[in-house]
Amino acid sequence: MTVELLWWDGCPSHPEALDELRRVLREEGVEAEVSRVQIEDDEQASRERFPGSPTIRIDGEDIVPPGEGEPFSLTCRVYRTRDGRISPLPDPEDLRAAVRRAA
Amino acid sequence: MTAIGDTAPPFTLPDTAGEEHSLETPAVVVFTCNHCPYALAWHDRIAAAARDYPDVRFYAINPNDAERYPGDSLEAMRERVEGEDWPMPYLRDESQDVARAYGAKTTPDLFVVDADGVLRYRGAPDADYSDESRDAEWLRDALNCLRANEDVTRPETEPVGCSVKWKQ
Repeated sequence: MTVELLWWDGCPSHPEALDELRRVLREEGVEAEVSRVQIEDDEQASRERFPGSPTIRIDGEDIVPPGEGEPFSLTCRVYRTRDGRISPLPDPEDLRAAVRRAA
Repeated sequence: MTAIGDTAPPFTLPDTAGEEHSLETPAVVVFTCNHCPYALAWHDRIAAAARDYPDVRFYAINPNDAERYPGDSLEAMRERVEGEDWPMPYLRDESQDVARAYGAKTTPDLFVVDADGVLRYRGAPDADYSDESRDAEWLRDALNCLRANEDVTRPETEPVGCSVKWKQ
C-alpha cells in the first residue's frame, strides 16, 4: 500500500493530519510508510493535482475525492465531518474506511 | 503591527453592499475569509458572541488576495452574506492595509478594542476549532473583562488558522 500526505506550510493542519494518519494505520495493522510531499508553489500544486492541504492519497486515490472543477492551488482544504461540521481535517472514519478499502 | 496596549488602527472599509464602515469602539475586529476551514469552523461561535454582546461593534474583515483565491472575492463574500444570517458587516480590505496595520497573521485572527480604542486582546476565539462547546471562550472572557472594567486575564493567544493571503 502506498500512502501519501501532500501538504502546504501555509496551513497548520498537516502535523495533526500526519498523527491521525499514522494512528489509523497502526490501529488497522497496516505497516506502510507515509510519504510526505510538500507542495511549494502553484505550478507544483497544479502538476500534483493538489486541491489543498492536507491531501491524503492511498494507492494514488484521494481518500475524499475533490469535487468536480475544484481548483488546484496553495490553500487549506475544507472537509466535512460525518456529523456535518466543517473541518480542516478529514473525518477519521473516512480515513479508516479508505485504509480498509485498500488493505 | 499593533501590540496589546496600543491604539487600534482606525479604518474605513466597504461592506458587501458597498456601504462604508469605520471603526467605532468598543469593538471586535475579526480577520476572516470564505475559503479557510478554520475561519469557517469558528464562524458560528464568533457570530453568536456578536449577538450576545450588542454593546460591542463586531467587524469581519476579509483581506485575502482574491485574484489568487477567487473564493474570497467581493462577489463570493456577497453571496455568503446573502445566504447566511450575519450579525456583523463583512468588509473587504482590498489594499490589505488594515490587515497589515493590525499585523493579522491568519484567518481567523481576532482583535478586541476597548471603548478608548486600545487593543486589549488578540488571538484565537478559543482553544479548539473542532470543539463547539468552547463557545469562543477566550473572546468572551476578554469582552467580560472589558464590561467589568478589569484587565483582560489572557490578553494574547496564538492565532490559529490559514495564513493571510498577501498579494505578491
